[in-house]
Amino acid sequence: MIPLTWYLVLSAVLFCIGLYGVLARRNAIAILMGAELMLNSANINLAAFERYVAAGSVAGQVFVIFNIAVAAAEAAVGLALILAIYRSRDTVSVEEVDLLKG
Amino acid sequence: MSLTQAVFILLGGMAVLGALGMVTLRNLFHSALAMILALFSIAGIYVLLEAEFLAVVQVLVYVGAIAMLILFGIMLTRDIVGRASAVRNRQWPLALAVSAGLLAVLAVALVRAAWPLATYAPAQGGVADLGLALMGPYALPFEVASVLLLVAMVGALIIAREARE
Repeated sequence: MIPLTWYLVLSAVLFCIGLYGVLARRNAIAILMGAELMLNSANINLAAFERYVAAGSVAGQVFVIFNIAVAAAEAAVGLALILAIYRSRDTVSVEEVDLLKG
Repeated sequence: MSLTQAVFILLGGMAVLGALGMVTLRNLFHSALAMILALFSIAGIYVLLEAEFLAVVQVLVYVGAIAMLILFGIMLTRDIVGRASAVRNRQWPLALAVSAGLLAVLAVALVRAAWPLATYAPAQGGVADLGLALMGPYALPFEVASVLLLVAMVGALIIAREARE
């Protein structure tokens, strides 16, 4: 049997890698990919807690399904925004998109 | 070490490897392929957690739809002239320090915490229970999620539409 801690540590490692990707990459699509990885690590946590702490309930899996739905919406709108920025600014590097910078 | 633990280590290692490749690879296309490896491994983790429906949804939605969407985005926005630009921004050492620090804090907290473990009962019902829960107590959030998806779809179409002169 796998200890609960293993799942939690794996999820923490994936979350921190995703956080690094969001903070350190320059390409807007790479940042979006990092955010997706962070959402995935949260999903692992929800599923693991349901399995080990709230056994017999399906609330954790229901939460994961809603989380995946929200992540899909986020990816679609995020990529649409990136495409719109690419059309108007001809770049997807977040450092060159500084229209609102004072 | 039991077989399931070995499988977990294999899947977890693949997920971490894919995630590291995703944030470090120079070519964005390779980076997306590494992300697909990580997402597939996470589907395997769901199987180990006896959440088979989540594993199927993970492969369908993440690997099938979101990864394809991201690959399309990469190909639509790729610099044709091939401007050589750095992968990381100027604040990457700070980002690395913040991520590593958060990981250290989380690892210590997670390992030392005493979780109120339930008696390890084998999962019952599975997909049938999940479907009943979505149609019963979670019916309202389920409908709200479908409205959210509709609004996001319409919004994405409007934002990404070519502006007509």
